[in-house]
Amino acid sequence: MQLPEHPDFLWDDPEPKASYDVVIVGGGGHGLATAYYLAKVHGIRNVAVLEKGWLAGGNMARNTTIIRSNYLWDESSGIYEHSLKLWEGLEEDLGYPILFDQRGVLNLAHSLQDVRDSVRRVNANRLNGIDAEWVDPQGVKEICPIVNVSPDVRYPVLGATYQPRAGIAKHDYVAWGYARAAHAMGVDLIQNCEVTGLETAGGRITAVETSRGRIAAGRVGLCAAGHSSVLAAMVGLRLPLASHPLQALVSELLEPVHPTVVMSNAVHVYVSQAHKGELVMGAGIDSYNGYGQRGSFHIIEQQMAAALELFPVFARAHLLRTWAGIVDVSPDASPIVGLTPVGGLYLNCGWGTGGFKATPGVGDCFAHTIAHDKPHPFNEPFTLERFTTGALVDEHGAAAVAH
Amino acid sequence: MQLIPCPWCGPREEAEFHYGGQAHVAYPSDPSALSDEEWAQYVFFRDNPSGPFAERWSHSAGCRRWFNAVRDTRTHDLLAVYRVGEPMPEVAS
Repeated sequence: MQLPEHPDFLWDDPEPKASYDVVIVGGGGHGLATAYYLAKVHGIRNVAVLEKGWLAGGNMARNTTIIRSNYLWDESSGIYEHSLKLWEGLEEDLGYPILFDQRGVLNLAHSLQDVRDSVRRVNANRLNGIDAEWVDPQGVKEICPIVNVSPDVRYPVLGATYQPRAGIAKHDYVAWGYARAAHAMGVDLIQNCEVTGLETAGGRITAVETSRGRIAAGRVGLCAAGHSSVLAAMVGLRLPLASHPLQALVSELLEPVHPTVVMSNAVHVYVSQAHKGELVMGAGIDSYNGYGQRGSFHIIEQQMAAALELFPVFARAHLLRTWAGIVDVSPDASPIVGLTPVGGLYLNCGWGTGGFKATPGVGDCFAHTIAHDKPHPFNEPFTLERFTTGALVDEHGAAAVAH
Repeated sequence: MQLIPCPWCGPREEAEFHYGGQAHVAYPSDPSALSDEEWAQYVFFRDNPSGPFAERWSHSAGCRRWFNAVRDTRTHDLLAVYRVGEPMPEVAS
């Protein structure tokens, strides 16, 4: 596949204005997408996206780009499938190539309990109109010939769920596409601008304090992933989140050998091959809380052991680069998207290990939440209050990353 | 991999330890008197600071005893370790 030419400048680098109708904190995929849909769908264009580093340099640059919607519960099916449908038209919508490639995803089962959970998830997906099928080990082999389905390994492959419409996209292009389109509609993208305080008056947000001065804001949306707890604490709001390192790595560039995406919850690895040719692999989270964007080496060792058992052909591949992002893990492995006790302050966090796939969906729903001061039906179940009412949406199985 | 100084065994590799999250979260003294909001705080809400954090570790592949540590979550540096029942030491942040 031919990679597109790299454009010169897709957006400006403006000075922040004294005030905006809406300020989005966090210039990653979710923040940029939210700004885009605010401008496009709701006509709210006096918007700034504040980013403490550079655009899309946090988890948006560190994720393994897997896109799928095969979650268990109806609530999750709603928002993730909404997102997948937006992905399917995103390239045309943004007028920008994002290399969205629906190559399918296999979620492997390695124990009888895995098999039962997987079959249940397939049935739940089908009832929600989401493409899903159960495939036996031979079917796994047909979809992805390099998977070792031999029964004499420590954790044999007993089958897998398969979602053909799942896939990957080029994460940088997704961010740039949203940034370019948002900028074209008048959104200010302000980098090197760290939020240091949130100002309130009479129970309502009034401004954000930043490393580049005070910026008045009618409404503020937080899209800060791993740093959400730090921001929320600025208004005395406690969140049920733990920020953990999540590591990933790539090999050097190889010939195309891996035609799909393979995830295994039980042995803690997920693998795809990027368009350029690197094998992209993710691990489970590091156990401890951490904001350092790095994790511990034994996690990588375990991940490689799992990868080699599943894919013996990778034995000669060389590791090129490892890194970590900071993921905001919630108690039920589902996000928190909605209103807060502070008027005009909105929360989008808790996506943990799986936020990339939600980028268009949550951008659309979060923009709706901010514009109407009311949750979109798709994010209505994902309130902060669910941890008090007990209406949790437990997706630890479908999250497919060890927590 | 880092070395974690177990207060009983001395420094050992991180892989010998199990993480236990925030330390000093006491079980409610009168559980039946708690509101839903208070139960939610006890069950689901924990501090998540960027900086020094008092947390529990278990030396699960060694002496198997639990202890507490203060660790900087930005650098992962262990600033202090102390035994269960001891007060949290003062650390420079």
